[in-house]
Amino acid sequence: MDYTTIIGLEVHVQMQTKTKIFCGCSTKFNPDNPNVQTCPVCLGLPGSLPVMNRHAFDLAVKTAIAINCQIARFTKWDRKQYYYPDLPKGYQISQYDLPFSHDGWLEIVVNKETGEKKKIGIIRAHLEEDAGKNTHDETGRGHDSQVDLNRAGTPLLEIVSHPDLRSAQEAKEYLEELKLLLTYLEVSDCNMQEGSLRCDANVNVHIHRDGQKIATPLVEIKNLNSFRNVELAIEFEADRQYRQWQQDGKTFGQVNKETRGYDAVRNITVAQRSKEEAADYRYFPDPDLVPVTVEEAYLQNVIQSMVEFPAARRTRFIQQYQLSNYDAAVIIDQGVVFADFVEHVARICGDGKQACNWVTQDVLREMNDRKLTIEGFPIQPPVLGEILKRINEKKITIKSAREIFLNLLNSADPSTINVARIDQIIQEQGLSIVADSGQLETVIVAVLAKNQKAVADFKGGKPSAAGSLIGQVMRELKGADPATVRELLLKKLAE
Amino acid sequence: MSIIGATTGELLSRLERGELTSVELTTAYLDRIAQQDDRVAAFLTVNGDEALQQAADVDRRRQAKQPLGALAGIPVAVKDVLCTKGLKTTCASRMLANFIPPYDAHVVTQLRNADAILIGKTNMDEFAMGSTTETSAFKTTRNPWDLGRTAGGSSGGSAAAVAAGMSPLALGTDTGGSIRQPAGFCSVVGMKPTYGRVSRFGMVAYGSSLDQIGPFANDVNGAALLAQVIAGHDCRDSTSVNAPVPAYSQTVNQPLAGLRVGIAKEHFVEGLNPEVEQALRAALQVYKSLGAEIKEVSLPHTSYGVAVYYLIAPSEASSNLARYDGVHYGHRAAQFSNMIDMYATSRGEGFGSEVKRRIMLGTYALSAGYYDAYYLKALKVRRLIRQDYDKAFEQIDVLASPASPNPPSKIGEYSANPLAMYLEDIYTIGANLAGLPGISVPAGFTEAGLPVGLQLLAAPFEEEKLLRAARMYEQATQWQGKRATL
Repeated sequence: MDYTTIIGLEVHVQMQTKTKIFCGCSTKFNPDNPNVQTCPVCLGLPGSLPVMNRHAFDLAVKTAIAINCQIARFTKWDRKQYYYPDLPKGYQISQYDLPFSHDGWLEIVVNKETGEKKKIGIIRAHLEEDAGKNTHDETGRGHDSQVDLNRAGTPLLEIVSHPDLRSAQEAKEYLEELKLLLTYLEVSDCNMQEGSLRCDANVNVHIHRDGQKIATPLVEIKNLNSFRNVELAIEFEADRQYRQWQQDGKTFGQVNKETRGYDAVRNITVAQRSKEEAADYRYFPDPDLVPVTVEEAYLQNVIQSMVEFPAARRTRFIQQYQLSNYDAAVIIDQGVVFADFVEHVARICGDGKQACNWVTQDVLREMNDRKLTIEGFPIQPPVLGEILKRINEKKITIKSAREIFLNLLNSADPSTINVARIDQIIQEQGLSIVADSGQLETVIVAVLAKNQKAVADFKGGKPSAAGSLIGQVMRELKGADPATVRELLLKKLAE
Repeated sequence: MSIIGATTGELLSRLERGELTSVELTTAYLDRIAQQDDRVAAFLTVNGDEALQQAADVDRRRQAKQPLGALAGIPVAVKDVLCTKGLKTTCASRMLANFIPPYDAHVVTQLRNADAILIGKTNMDEFAMGSTTETSAFKTTRNPWDLGRTAGGSSGGSAAAVAAGMSPLALGTDTGGSIRQPAGFCSVVGMKPTYGRVSRFGMVAYGSSLDQIGPFANDVNGAALLAQVIAGHDCRDSTSVNAPVPAYSQTVNQPLAGLRVGIAKEHFVEGLNPEVEQALRAALQVYKSLGAEIKEVSLPHTSYGVAVYYLIAPSEASSNLARYDGVHYGHRAAQFSNMIDMYATSRGEGFGSEVKRRIMLGTYALSAGYYDAYYLKALKVRRLIRQDYDKAFEQIDVLASPASPNPPSKIGEYSANPLAMYLEDIYTIGANLAGLPGISVPAGFTEAGLPVGLQLLAAPFEEEKLLRAARMYEQATQWQGKRATL
């Protein structure tokens, strides 16, 4: 079995505007109260007219720039016509031959260890309105289907990639990088469960046979509602196409493009309809909307107000904090709030590497164990930064810092988690590093006196006996630095 | 002087002087409708109770010396293609036979703000598709001058309501001549403003790039006042133009010095009725006598106008009418076997034959493989037609022509030949394709006593000039004083 999988993705992203793209209705996800976020415009009532939401256009331009697209100086709106109950006007306002952006790329990391990257070409990104949602009776009792138009008119950005992806894994990486970028830009929350990110995959395989490359017919897979399913569906579909080719020998061009749906329960793709019978959408320019012209000054404005993109931030973290490719990716891929958290801690404690380690290990572990989000984590950067700062200032040991961290985390009253409380715990539990060697020496002498057998063992050639002695000293003097204790103790034993 | 048949200006001054109340006035028109409309069939809905309440409210506020709008107490009939909150808006179609909009069209809001009385909703060709008001699913409006003939269309109900003295003012819509042609047929004044001058919000769309709302009145002054009330920018219509509205009613009586009246040589073609041509020539003589200069211009692409229009308007219509699918509102078939059948049967039952014809024409013109040859080509020729007018208006102020090549048609005359009906639009269509303002004013009668309309067109946003030129002609002739006798 020697073939390469060829994948292009069409991603639909609901943009986080307060109001819909052509009317003033709310875009809130509100499935429990159907048809309350509607007006004559998004209901498609006779005589209603669309008016473009400028904010939606701005967000779309911002995204297109972030995926390195060319922005068209002149763009227009077209009607895509088909009948479906969730489409109240009988057409969707979309963009056909003059999309607002085209020809870009998104870089993905194909190897997290080496940081190896690959550019995935973007054919176009265009804006359109979302349709409503049909709910069908699935009890089999044949009740009426219902339509909820709360979603109708939500701004959608459709991003179409070139068929540059070569594996299901790459497809997943592309989606994850895109999602990360969109959340960084605050364009979308990309919640696949709520439908704010939807994806169709165009898949075929190139079979290598006797130095020849044989392409199988193209298939579009729909109903992909999680990144994991995208991966599974593509893997299944590539293998299915290979087996199909072994059976019938049909190649690209001999069969029309087919649409298949992914059945997650059975992990298979199922034929839906052949594009041969697909509708003629009869696109034409929407006479109700005026074309949009984009000025250079406007574009410069958008570019200047842009945040740092995830890819650039990854590179900077590697350099600035001496992180590995892997560690930088772990931080950045957690999202903008997480990365901001790390940098905030780093600013306070003065050691980026240390901040990265603590947040990716201690904070991330506790977040996962306690099912917390970074926004809801009880110890925020101002407090965590101060704990770490005390390690760097040699006021407490790393071990004591962990104790303080857990102590704060377990506080019954989160409002008591503050910088003052750190010092209070240090005080109460005697965690201050004992820099006074006189005090240390007194304790060591006392411990040695109490443990004659261990001292004899050590002197008799059992170095491990020192461990229990150090442990006892540490128990007596909580704030003592273990290295110093060890050093002084060995010195005493050698006397 | 009688209320029925009086001009808007006369009625307004009598109301202002306290010689007449709005309730008396509205009652007189409602009585007239009750007496005459079973013969004329201009109205689909008479809004009697609400009209009288509005009138009483205006009277009360006038009594209390509160500020009142520009049309305070004056009845206005509204074409049934304009949404009226809480009042049935049917587009004369079975599809919307029971549709009650939850909102007012922008122009209806403007009427309410001007304290006008919404006296009723007028008959029309179904979804404004037709030139005779015979495609209405409910009734055929008759010409008040000859009940055996049509009132024109598609705004035939509004034109006939004014001509029959059932309302001093009315609103219509004009996509290919649907205000100007029925105004000519009924010997009233009707104006189509520049595309973008009046918001289309709440006007049920037929051909969105051509549709425009405009006034009917029994004199130019009335039309100027109503135009002024409805014009202006509205942020809910992206194609509405944000430019100040001149006070048309203030300037309309000022004659234009050095007026240049153009005639297009392409307008004198076979098919132009000799009596209509004679009326036009006489009108040109009137302008000459008023000191105007008559200039011949050329509009070389005139002969393509009808073809271009009957590609663009049905294309847009096929899309605009897709929403009437029986899913969310409007007619839904009582019986169907599946979803596709529900669409097909509901639409099959809900639409009349002319609407179906235009939906099919438009669907065909937009289909893959035909788009370039039909729709796209039509858009290109449309631009050439616009250029013809731009060039012409460098030399002239207004372009004069008949409103239509023939006098009012007999009822049923075109029922077997829709193409012949389409060809009657030759003089009016250009203004829609080019987005120009146009007006039709009464220009006399044929020997058989049938009205003839004079159409004037002007450059975009030159409504003020157009109204003043129309008023000059009206003042110099006696046609405005003629009223149909029923």
